[in-house]
Amino acid sequence: MPIERDARLREVQIWGDFFRFGIDAPAAGRDARPGQFVMVKVSEGTSPLLRRPLGIHDANPGGLDLFFKVAGKGTEILSRKKPGDRLDLIGPLGKGFTVAAAGRGRTAFLVGGGRGIAPLYYLALELAKAGTRPVVFYGGRSLADIPLRERFERAGLEYHCSTDDGSFGFAGFVTALVARELEKAEPALIYACGPDPMMKALAGIAASRRVPAEFSLESMMGCGIGACWGCVHRIRGESGTGWVKICEEGPVFPGERISWT
Amino acid sequence: MDVRGTGVDLTADLGFLELRNPVLTASGTFGYGLEFEPYMDLVTLGGIVVKGLYYGPREGNPPPRLVETPSGLINAIGLQGIGVEAFAEKVLPKLRRIDTAVIVNVCGADDDEYAAVVEFLDRQEGIAAYELNISCPNVKKEGACPALLPQTTFDLVKRIKAASRRPIITKLSPNVTSIIEIAQAAEEAGTDALALINTLLAMAVDLETRRPKLGNVYGGLSGPAVKPVALRMVHQVASRVRVPVIGMGGIMSGADALEFLVAGAAAVEIGTASFVDPDAAARIVGEIARWCEAHGVAAVRDVVGTIKIP
Repeated sequence: MPIERDARLREVQIWGDFFRFGIDAPAAGRDARPGQFVMVKVSEGTSPLLRRPLGIHDANPGGLDLFFKVAGKGTEILSRKKPGDRLDLIGPLGKGFTVAAAGRGRTAFLVGGGRGIAPLYYLALELAKAGTRPVVFYGGRSLADIPLRERFERAGLEYHCSTDDGSFGFAGFVTALVARELEKAEPALIYACGPDPMMKALAGIAASRRVPAEFSLESMMGCGIGACWGCVHRIRGESGTGWVKICEEGPVFPGERISWT
Repeated sequence: MDVRGTGVDLTADLGFLELRNPVLTASGTFGYGLEFEPYMDLVTLGGIVVKGLYYGPREGNPPPRLVETPSGLINAIGLQGIGVEAFAEKVLPKLRRIDTAVIVNVCGADDDEYAAVVEFLDRQEGIAAYELNISCPNVKKEGACPALLPQTTFDLVKRIKAASRRPIITKLSPNVTSIIEIAQAAEEAGTDALALINTLLAMAVDLETRRPKLGNVYGGLSGPAVKPVALRMVHQVASRVRVPVIGMGGIMSGADALEFLVAGAAAVEIGTASFVDPDAAARIVGEIARWCEAHGVAAVRDVVGTIKIP
């Protein structure tokens, strides 16, 4: 987990509020696993002060891709960066999805809501490499909130879309779409990343069907390296339930360990 | 960050402890130290002040625990921690192998717990001093902390000083009417040094939901926003006590650190900056050395207390 002070923004793709950054960052890209994240410095000044945690969207030995939505001042400043600009990032950080858990020849469901789709693209590619068949479920409020459709299409990945307002694909929450598909065939594993209400609902669905699931939790983070204890979630462990650091033990946790509130 | 090439004497003298350089890490911002090993050689630091320890493990506050404010950060972690036994068993043996001063920040829900923590840690090797966190809410006094009054500060410092075989650094809260009176009470009770400032009590409000942004409602403000307040308090205290003062509050650079030394601090602690750049404390050591070299300062301790008040 090096500090890449001289990473370079190579390419930018924009869909409204959503951005994909292709970044030259060899040290971070080489070691990145699906579900891990990086802490990106957005300002050279002191406001905003803290780095922003962003999920790794894709990685290769030359660097990595980030996919994010402008959600506040930090991501807004980041979104104004241009190809050629220097980026300062720390990573890869945290513990990602267990790619090998689904198993060769088995199917895995990957469920992403809104910007939570970010890490699932890389996960889908790595699952396919490992011989698991990834089926992606991609939900958003509206058509404008699911911009990565073409990217999944071009990668030859099986994907199903849903929109809350019915403007594209399945009309309704992505969890309802997943529940419908589970009636037809059960996957070996469900991987998910998205808003807490989506993941909580999905956890209920997965548990009722006894399908194991892994969830990537999101939180504001002070440091991303386990030092500030700011990004905690209620997690079950060997010695009971307590506040566990998402950055260090997560961001991905098995469903049975997460206490949803 | 190689500082040897500069030829500047960086050592800092706290009287009871000589530090390799005047840069320590602030409690609560540097974990238990080991978290930072991937990012820097901990030996480059003057020392490490580890996260505050109560006797037993502690839950901490419900999230959200952090909120960013202009040039600052409000935290309400609630002193979540592993307790002294896990610290002695899992952390201290690893810290002992690193040739840097380890200072343990000591917490307590009442005076008895502070004493119990110190008595336990006194039996462990590899600790240079204790930093007494007198800002812990006291369960027997409706959450009031000892730091609020000269008398409660005096009583706690006197008791812990008598109980401890190691030097005591008393860490002061800025949320008081007169930090000078509190500092003098701690000195009178026998503290070996003073450290200041802890965070400033603060709040952030979400206008749309009209809810506090922190789970705990209130939290402690740190970062560059508090530096001017911290400098003022360090100067006030350092000019009125004889014990060494360790200054902190929003230090992001070597220049910031040197301003605290000029104001009277014998050493500094780096806090929030370590969240932004995990290697910030090591970088600051290098920046101090280069500033001294560029300004013909042979020993950094010669800078301490050189503020010119017209």
